[in-house]
Amino acid sequence: MTQPRREVLQKLTPVLTKRWLSPDAWKIDVYQRLDGYAALRKALDVHPDDLIQLVKDSGLRGRGGAGFPTGLKWGFIPQGDGKPHYLVVNADEGEPGTCKDLPLMTYDPHSLIEGVIIASYAIRASRAFIYIRGEAVHAARRLRHAVREAYAKGFLGENILGSGFDLDLVVHSGAGAYICGEETALLDSLEGFRGQPRLRPPFPAVAGLYASPTVVNNVGTIASVPYIVLGGADWWKSMGTEKSSGPMIYSLSGRIANPGQYECGLGITLRELIELAGGMQPGHNLKFWTPGGSSTPLLTDEHLDIPLDFEGVAGAGSILGTTATQIFSDQDCPVYATWRWLEFYHHESCGKCTPCREGNYWMVRTYRRILSGQGAYADLDTLQDTADNIFGRSFCGLGDGAATPVVSTLKWFRQDYLDYIEGRTAPRLSEKALVGAH
Amino acid sequence: MTDVAKKTDTVTLTVDGVEVVAEKGELVIRVAERMGIAIPRFCDHPLLAPAGACRQCLVEVEGQRKPVASCTQTVAEGMVVKTQLSSPVAAKAQAGIMEMLLINHPLDCPTCDKGGECPLQNQAMSSGRADTRFHEHKREYEKPIHISSQVLLDRERCILCQRCTRFSEEIAGDKFIDLMDRSSGEQINVYRDDFFGGDGTGDGQVGDDEGDVPFNSYFSGNTIQICPVGALTGEQYRFRARPFDLVSTPTTCEHCAAGCSMRADHRRGKVLRRLAGDEPAVNEEWNCDKGRWGFRYANAFDRLTTPLVREADTGELREASWSEALLAAAEGLKAARERGVGVLTGGRLTVEDAYAYAKFARVVLGTNDVDFRARPLRASGASDGTDEESAFLAASVAGVTDVTYADVEDAPSAVIVGLEPEEECPILFLRMRKGHLKKKLQVTAVAPYLSRGFEKLGAALVAAVPGDEARLLATDPAIAAALGAPGAILFVGERLATVPGGLSAAAALAARTGARLAWVPRRAGDRGAVDAGCLPNLLPGGRPVTDADALAEISAAWDLPDGALPGTPGRDTDGILAAAADGTLGGLLVAGVDPADLADPRLAEQALDAVPFLVSLELRQSAVTRRADVVLPVAPAVEKAGTYLDWEGRLRSFEAVLPTGTMTDGRVLEAIAALLEVSLGTGDVNAIRRELGAMPASRSARPALPSVPPAEVPQRGEHEAVLSTWHHLIDLGSMLDGDEPLAGTARSPLVRLGKDLAGALGVVDGDAVTVSTDRGGITLPVEITDLPPQVVWLPTNSPGSTLRRSLGVTSGAVVRLAAGTPGPILAEGAHQ
Repeated sequence: MTQPRREVLQKLTPVLTKRWLSPDAWKIDVYQRLDGYAALRKALDVHPDDLIQLVKDSGLRGRGGAGFPTGLKWGFIPQGDGKPHYLVVNADEGEPGTCKDLPLMTYDPHSLIEGVIIASYAIRASRAFIYIRGEAVHAARRLRHAVREAYAKGFLGENILGSGFDLDLVVHSGAGAYICGEETALLDSLEGFRGQPRLRPPFPAVAGLYASPTVVNNVGTIASVPYIVLGGADWWKSMGTEKSSGPMIYSLSGRIANPGQYECGLGITLRELIELAGGMQPGHNLKFWTPGGSSTPLLTDEHLDIPLDFEGVAGAGSILGTTATQIFSDQDCPVYATWRWLEFYHHESCGKCTPCREGNYWMVRTYRRILSGQGAYADLDTLQDTADNIFGRSFCGLGDGAATPVVSTLKWFRQDYLDYIEGRTAPRLSEKALVGAH
Repeated sequence: MTDVAKKTDTVTLTVDGVEVVAEKGELVIRVAERMGIAIPRFCDHPLLAPAGACRQCLVEVEGQRKPVASCTQTVAEGMVVKTQLSSPVAAKAQAGIMEMLLINHPLDCPTCDKGGECPLQNQAMSSGRADTRFHEHKREYEKPIHISSQVLLDRERCILCQRCTRFSEEIAGDKFIDLMDRSSGEQINVYRDDFFGGDGTGDGQVGDDEGDVPFNSYFSGNTIQICPVGALTGEQYRFRARPFDLVSTPTTCEHCAAGCSMRADHRRGKVLRRLAGDEPAVNEEWNCDKGRWGFRYANAFDRLTTPLVREADTGELREASWSEALLAAAEGLKAARERGVGVLTGGRLTVEDAYAYAKFARVVLGTNDVDFRARPLRASGASDGTDEESAFLAASVAGVTDVTYADVEDAPSAVIVGLEPEEECPILFLRMRKGHLKKKLQVTAVAPYLSRGFEKLGAALVAAVPGDEARLLATDPAIAAALGAPGAILFVGERLATVPGGLSAAAALAARTGARLAWVPRRAGDRGAVDAGCLPNLLPGGRPVTDADALAEISAAWDLPDGALPGTPGRDTDGILAAAADGTLGGLLVAGVDPADLADPRLAEQALDAVPFLVSLELRQSAVTRRADVVLPVAPAVEKAGTYLDWEGRLRSFEAVLPTGTMTDGRVLEAIAALLEVSLGTGDVNAIRRELGAMPASRSARPALPSVPPAEVPQRGEHEAVLSTWHHLIDLGSMLDGDEPLAGTARSPLVRLGKDLAGALGVVDGDAVTVSTDRGGITLPVEITDLPPQVVWLPTNSPGSTLRRSLGVTSGAVVRLAAGTPGPILAEGAHQ
């Protein structure tokens, strides 16, 4: 492990992560000592519309992957429509490689709750939900504890801090489905139905939860709000780039010396991130990496210096996504990695639409065959074609995500496939996996 | 102003280079369809909400990054759409989806019932590849599973378009099938224990385990019809035929008064299946399971094929030639008409046959003793002879076509009394549900409790003790308020006839509030019989028999001298049977009547036994034919042409499905008349249609509304209750004979009690309760229901609950209740 240079270390901007290492920061007393709920007091003194404007001014963009401007989203909620409004926090973090929301909720749950209260006040919601991934038991326990503490202190419930604003917050655990991270599937699941994506329009801002105007935001997005309220839009914009403002938690995993969460201003490069993480593991050289989880097109060592903000990554033909940077080396097999991802997508496909349901079934089996040494040249064309037939044809983005690593690895690493087909690479899977195939 | 409004309601778009105007909100796939561009699709169905699940209908829309599902995309001004005809992207997208749909499809078309009429097969030919690139193992499931006794599911054929689940939820409201599991293991299924950790039986069959919930819907057959593959099949038709061997004939359903269009498919002289016909004004594209599967009665083993004549020496019926039997009938009726012959026609006749009976009664028998009503006409024990219903039918129903299905859908509010629409007119129920869900129709039910059907209509309940409906209609403010809105409709079922003053109150209420009134009988031939004149007080066309001008009109139409037609009202069903029983009448002419349907089956059979001469025109052996002196076989609906009037009064004409040469009732009656030297002119359906068509509209004044006062609800002692009852859709009716899988989908017979009675009897759900009268008793498991105090509900004619025969009473009567099964003596008074 190598020490990062000072100028690179200075790129770290701990904002959302600043309390993670403070002992017991998940308890409300400690949180309050560390600036907690100060933003709420400030926010309740201003008009909700001013808060929406503040978030617009800050340039905050959604941290869940799509990067949609948050203030704009809040502004879509029709006001004075006589309907209840809802805030739903998407804490169903399930993208392979992504692990920024769960530590946040585990080590600093009150920052999310404070953000929820401010955001609900801004969009005039009196009921908010945090939809947390079912497997994240520990984080959910911390979060529920924090909600109880917040109620006890009068930050939730009726007439919060004497402002006349009421808010109830429900922490809802999902049942373990990746698809429920898709916002409309999440809403269906929250309503008690089978989690499958809904037809849009209508969009959640018009008819979301219980057919009422609803804002669905990622944990990181909502947790950013108190800092913006306290620090102001200009301070927020002092981090990151012009169009991608603020700090971002980069989740580094894979062949690096020190995997973990690194919060830096948007626009940092992978070269710098790897340096922050103590360099590559000894004997490993970077071969390919995901900029934002496995659903984003893979990048290679050619892309070490592109700025990791929404525009920079898009310019390189990929997507910033959830900034889950999975780093693979020359000792990793891209074909094998793609198969593992595909098994995930196949398992998690909700089954609603044909391309995702059937295409993943097909591709997974083709990969198993190739990795068992039973591949044929024609398989590569069929895989490419099937991935093309899934991408952009499925009902929601899950299908696109599944097709992405296939297209990427076929594009960058075709030779690795040929090595299996032509017998230069030893089979990784037993032929037993193919019993019954014809 | 209107021009501007019109303009904003349409948009102009381009599809495959052709400019087209479309309504705002129209789906691209529909626009293409109108232009003759067939975009392949599976999940799309015009009567279901868009799903976008199968992705087969992808097209290219300029400015969109990805291909767009044309079944979910609404049109927009200036939109440029390219379908597979002009866009390689769309064509490739569709080919890709088709390939993926087929990888896990078994391609067992040669043994699949759908082969030959399968949208997947057809569209695979148009959009698919010639050969497969799929070399992996296909998905397998146990097959088939019975999701009900009638519906089978082969999951490996399913393409998960969700038409069936969407139909069940959106249209029928019976969400008993749903998606289970996910990913490539996603499947349609019913709720079963093994999905929730129970053992299951492992054989994949439903219904063996505690906790299994089969597909419990009266409309389940529609899911089979809209399934775009062979995943859902019916027990009755599975493996019976190939579609290309069948001859299809459009026809009309002969069961209830809904008037559904149907398609009957036959091969080698036998109908093998029936499908819902496409009739937007009536049944849209749906029908009920009774209409779909209840047709095997026509091929029952006891079908009559030759005339029968009772041998004077032995007293036994024997087969006879037509000429002998007709002569015996003619001579018998000629002798009997000296004292009088009553005519009971039943509610199963076509308009043409009903007209033949109406004419035969007046011209040949010289009587107005003719009545189609084969059911209770008045409250049990009412004996004053007032026929409130026939007066109501004359005043408010005959010749009236005020309310249509479309009106129901658009109505702001509807009040339903004496009718449980799901059980008694299922397609009317579906239209009400559509109105309720899509156009805010508010339903108010005047009934003892909110049945499952009423609940699915989101109905508000005006709780009525049976017999008290008349008072409620006259005084309840909620009912009057519900009918106050313009366009409101008051639905009156035939059962209201058993409530003294009920029909009078309904007619008065409609007149007072301005609401339109619709009378909904239970049988396909009921409404036609009213207009054809099968009533003691009405001649054809709703003409009162007491109106001299009407008599003159009909005499002229029938080439009769003035004064030839009887000018006083005749006896109704109850009166005819009483007169037959006491020897007043010399004979009876009975068409499709089952004595078990009548108010008191025992009394009816005594009358049939007592009457000196009985002629029966029947399809199958029955309680009437066994007692008849002459039995003349006639054609079932499938073997004749005819017309029904549905509850709207709409003509629902059909041609014969099977050309067998079996005679219609009208033709048999004409032959009898000829032997009595009367030319009846009813031998040919088209001749009757011409005769009816040439008849001028009635110029008679409409008779006054009946004004029978409401009666008091009877007092009940301890362990006594007022009886409420109606028919289950699928019950012991003789036209449901011959199809056990269909009978298996019937709702379980049970007795419903309120908490008060359950407490008094000390019973809980599932315990046996015996309901009895002096005649006998019925014992069924109890379901505690939110009923008014001291009211009990039983199905009218279901297995174990043949109410009229066992109890001898009908709705509104007081019955005794006891917990448990009775001892050897059913009840006091039943002791012989």
